[in-house]
Amino acid sequence: MALTTAPGRTPRTGPAGPRPTRRGAGRARLGEGLAGYVFLSPWLIGLMGVTAIPMLLSLWLSFTDYDILTPLSEVRWVGLANYERMFTADPSYWHAVRVTLTFALIAVPLKLAAALGVALLLNRAWRGVGLFRSLFYLPSLLGGSVALAIVWVNMFNRDGAFNSFLALFGVEGLPWVSDPDWALETLMVLAIWQFGAPMVIFLAGLKQVPTELYEAAAVDGAGAWRRFRAVTLPMLSPVIFFNLVLETINGFQGFTAAFVLSNGTGGPVDSTLMYTLKLYISGFTDLEMGYASAMAWVFLVAIGVVTAVFFSTGRFWVHYSDGDDS
Amino acid sequence: MTALPVARRRPGGGRNVLRLVVLVAIVAVVLYPLFWMLGTSVKSQAEIANNVGLLPERFTPGNYLDGWTNFDISFGRFFLNSALVSGLTVVGNALSCLLAAYALGRLRFRLRKLWFAVMIGTLLLPGHVLIVPQYILFRSLGLVGGDWPYLPLLVPQFLATEAFFVFLMVQFMRGIPRELDEAATIDGASPYGVFRHVILPLSRPALVTTAIFSFIWTWNDFFRQLVFLSSLEDYTVPVALTLFIDSTSQSAVGPMFAMSVLSLLPVFLFFLAFQRMLVEGINTSGLKG
Repeated sequence: MALTTAPGRTPRTGPAGPRPTRRGAGRARLGEGLAGYVFLSPWLIGLMGVTAIPMLLSLWLSFTDYDILTPLSEVRWVGLANYERMFTADPSYWHAVRVTLTFALIAVPLKLAAALGVALLLNRAWRGVGLFRSLFYLPSLLGGSVALAIVWVNMFNRDGAFNSFLALFGVEGLPWVSDPDWALETLMVLAIWQFGAPMVIFLAGLKQVPTELYEAAAVDGAGAWRRFRAVTLPMLSPVIFFNLVLETINGFQGFTAAFVLSNGTGGPVDSTLMYTLKLYISGFTDLEMGYASAMAWVFLVAIGVVTAVFFSTGRFWVHYSDGDDS
Repeated sequence: MTALPVARRRPGGGRNVLRLVVLVAIVAVVLYPLFWMLGTSVKSQAEIANNVGLLPERFTPGNYLDGWTNFDISFGRFFLNSALVSGLTVVGNALSCLLAAYALGRLRFRLRKLWFAVMIGTLLLPGHVLIVPQYILFRSLGLVGGDWPYLPLLVPQFLATEAFFVFLMVQFMRGIPRELDEAATIDGASPYGVFRHVILPLSRPALVTTAIFSFIWTWNDFFRQLVFLSSLEDYTVPVALTLFIDSTSQSAVGPMFAMSVLSLLPVFLFFLAFQRMLVEGINTSGLKG
């Protein structure tokens, strides 16, 4: 402890004894152990009551035909029937899976590409960077709201702003939001529009790339593209990884915009039936809470698998510079 | 880390102008929906169908009044409800997450590592997975649609279930020198005293960040509020906004846009007031704007 005190500084004054006695230290340790659980208790109660017990309840419910109307004590155990129905007898379930995967596979890479592209444009020290950065970030704060979803639906209507923009080029637009082939795409555009949050994280990552690396690459005759491939991308790979995991998991959970666009139905023709919307409809519109619980558990396992795949493939392409070769 | 020598900045005039032009073009595209929303909110009904441009030909602020009184209950009530839920969520998150973070990040006790790992595990747990059983539990306790309709929304927030904020605060506390705790302990402070006199005052920046984000996220949140709120007088702003969509007639588009604009106003004000903090919260070593 003496080592941490700066030399030459006067010793701290006060009524404290020189050092705690052994017995005092033991009691302090005990007190600290107790205090740990005192401070942790709200979180522990939450973990049990709001997370763990509901999870177990939902696992049990997934093997029952529970609807909210019959009391829990009269619930019928149906074994794997809910899972069987989901995988073999409910085409709209697979449809929801396909919609969700399509959404995530297209919207997430495009959103991250936009975020990285704009971050590269902003990654120089000049006046005005802060303003641009804030303006690009604004949609990430507003975009998840019901209000923005309402705006989006109206913008991509038959007589919305987007079609009048197309008309400038002589293109006649479609009623995008009510066309089953295009409704999901409008939701993707809404997601990509919110590229600001990953962009801010990319910018922070870009600041950490040592300029010497660029200088060395330039001396070796590397052009801009080569410097991007050989320096920026590998140095940024931990941040890309972070954004990819986060945005993919968020992408799987898109609900609000799909709900607003389809007025809670997943339409037109189930084209915006995101997984969470299907779950909501099963649980709270059709009141098939056992079935919805089975869906929730499959969702949880799927997210766990996707995360595990990310982390296990990550070591092949994510480069941590505090390793041996920095 | 080290500042770039001024001489290294290339003048590169042409390329910088090009960069600026591209950036301004992207900003225009990005902000267009917001301005369009603002413009549409003051267009008359006839104009909404014909003029999809940014500016109204005839300024029609009456949409705001019409929207405010469009339902049996005034929109003011929905705003109060949202403010109540968001405000209490801020208090709950700040308080409970700080307590948990102090325990997990600072104190030594049995099983601490296990609990920390569990907390990290819940970081990526999607809320949608728990909504059905939580609904059933809260309903069986008589808390759904009861005298205190917001308890199902608020109870989890007072129990530190937003692992993101716990994690954020643990990370922040790593930056508070442990010598301060030790000095206070030597001066006779208990873990509670250390919390009260060292951690609490020094954690202010993390508390502010938590408060801002939990306000904005709760204000915008729709899923949980949709599930747990059942009667019109308890509705929050997002749930009330969806009532406009149910009324299929086109007549309510102007008022609907007016209320949408108002619903984003608190978030926008937060953005104006704290934009530097919001953006630079992650980016502490960043450039000055």
